[in-house]
Amino acid sequence: MTAQVAATARKRSARLLPSTTYCSWGRYPAVRHSHVHRVAWDDQVAGILGSTAIASLLPYGLGRSYGDSCLNADRELIDCSRLNRILSFDEFKGILRCESGMTFADIINVFLPKGWFLPVTPGTQYVTVGGAIANDVHGKNHHCAGTFGAHIRQFGLHRSDHGLVLCSPEQNADMFRATIGGLGLTGVIAWADIQLRKVAGPWIDADLTPFQSLQTFLDLSHESDGRFEYTVAWLDCFAGKNPRGIFFRGNHSTTESRSFTPKKGPTMPFALPEWLLNRYTVKAFNAAYYHLHKAKSGATAVPYNSFFYPLDSIQQWNLLYGQQGFLQYQCVIPESRLDAFEELLDRIAHSGMGSFLGVLKRFGDAPSAGMLSFPRPGLTLALDFAMRGERTLELMRSLDEVVLQSGGALYPAKDARMSPALFESSFPHWRSFVPYIDPKFSSSFWRRVTQEK
Amino acid sequence: MNPPQESSTHSMRKAVILGATSGIALAVERELAQRGCELLLVARSAERLAALQSDLLARGAAQVLVCPANLASVEQHAGIFDYVRRTLPQFDTVLLAYGAMHDQKESEASIDILVQELNVNFVSASAILTFFANDLEKRRTGCIAAITSVAGDRGRRANYVYGSAKGALSLFLQGLRSRLHRAGVRVITIKPGPVKTPMTDHLESAARFAEPETVAADIVRALEQRSPDVLYTPKIWRYIMTAVEHIPEGIFKRLSF
Repeated sequence: MTAQVAATARKRSARLLPSTTYCSWGRYPAVRHSHVHRVAWDDQVAGILGSTAIASLLPYGLGRSYGDSCLNADRELIDCSRLNRILSFDEFKGILRCESGMTFADIINVFLPKGWFLPVTPGTQYVTVGGAIANDVHGKNHHCAGTFGAHIRQFGLHRSDHGLVLCSPEQNADMFRATIGGLGLTGVIAWADIQLRKVAGPWIDADLTPFQSLQTFLDLSHESDGRFEYTVAWLDCFAGKNPRGIFFRGNHSTTESRSFTPKKGPTMPFALPEWLLNRYTVKAFNAAYYHLHKAKSGATAVPYNSFFYPLDSIQQWNLLYGQQGFLQYQCVIPESRLDAFEELLDRIAHSGMGSFLGVLKRFGDAPSAGMLSFPRPGLTLALDFAMRGERTLELMRSLDEVVLQSGGALYPAKDARMSPALFESSFPHWRSFVPYIDPKFSSSFWRRVTQEK
Repeated sequence: MNPPQESSTHSMRKAVILGATSGIALAVERELAQRGCELLLVARSAERLAALQSDLLARGAAQVLVCPANLASVEQHAGIFDYVRRTLPQFDTVLLAYGAMHDQKESEASIDILVQELNVNFVSASAILTFFANDLEKRRTGCIAAITSVAGDRGRRANYVYGSAKGALSLFLQGLRSRLHRAGVRVITIKPGPVKTPMTDHLESAARFAEPETVAADIVRALEQRSPDVLYTPKIWRYIMTAVEHIPEGIFKRLSF
């Protein structure tokens, strides 16, 4: 019987899974995996890592990386999304120990009613703890709180060569720093201890301010960073060198006491036809968005989900960009190189290919927790581009030139196409990370930027 | 003789889950934990039960007891039931959620696998449920729910061994319902369509299956209310199976699914 079971397992692993089942958020590139291990229990992980037949593995959470850093084309994935259990919670210190597949949405649902919130959150709550560590994600509070990795006290890491390894700033400190921002390449995170943040309730005292130039944005940032825990700006990228936008800032409210229950929004049922998104419709959308928010400017208490996760209100919004998917471009440029930043905006405006989701934020000075963490002092800009073949890639290459000569960097979590040279210049110390990669692990992203076979 | 007056909702406070680590059971347990229920979980792996215990307590369960045991082995049933009686004597809900599905071809080729599949899904299930049924009948209260399958509604070439075991369990529950009705004990037959769980991961069309959370919400709603007796989940399967059952056998035997 055991032989029969093994034969079935071999048959299963020989079948290539369709590309749509496991893809990244940008749905580009579309790749196939030779096998996906869907683990449901922590005790199954060691067996998969120990199997000698396996050539290359990569842990996969909710697939919210935009490009190919969560993909392992023609090789294998370990889907960790069912490893989502709470192992313990210290009610006094607010330290949560959970498995790595637990989502931020789930953490909020369980712990916000008890008065605890995530220490750092990206613009979606549909990410896993493992994914947030692997990309050392940042949020609107980067200028006060640093990256997510700064709030990880310790974690257990399954390695194919060393078994379960405890990593913290004291124990196996190098492996700890390699795994934070390590793109899932150092092993499978079994569990992690997260320091949650005490809050009074689900409300944010938010403030909206329209701005009409990059300088106003910077003035607003400098003026707000001391007074507001959260700051971010939406940018109309069709406006060129003197962009208009809306500056959002906020603090956890201590006065608002209304009760609040989040509701699940509508779902995009299918990929939109591509002609629907063109420079005219997007321009019109941006103008409407600007004026609508300009009219709402001022201070008001809003629920946490509309402040942190406006896009989560439409499930599967990535299907807006049609069958070919989209690319996101997120870079950081030193604040001293405002000229480069303006050049970047100019090139985007001239291309006419920008989109509605331009996001601008000034990073704080806190050093990031991981060896390959992306956040560093400077201005970070994130933009979506519908994938329209070569002309989209060409525009992005022209943006790369600006980033490269300004000494900036690109964010691996958002990338599907940066050159090895740009990766080298973004992460000049990447070779010192290599010894920490699990010998059985690899990813499409890693093979691409390191030109490894 | 009139049955005791049934209230419109069943207050479910103390639930025993048989097969607590199965995919659907996991989702049901989270729903029950959120409601502050007391839970007693029976499953094979002590390690997995420990992870479940901490998770469900953090999610609001008032108490989580665990009983590592092999439900497939009928010899262990008396011991399991004894543990339940000692630790959660006033249990009011029992959910049977375990099952095993082998590749149909394997159970055609190996009589051992065939017998094992019938034993796990039908013989052991009806044996353990009888312990609980006898107790609840005496106490004239409570609810027994068991997960069978739409596969039990009609024998199909692709999985008639699994289907016949689940179909037999559905018949068993039907009789049990009629017997326990007089004692005011409710019996629910739960017939899920295909669900995304570890049991079905290897199937071609798994991406189109129902989410366990959807099925769990239906199950918990059925447990709390006083109807239905037979729950199809997701609901569309009630209509699909009505259609499937009405295909004449002469045609049905030629169909390829």
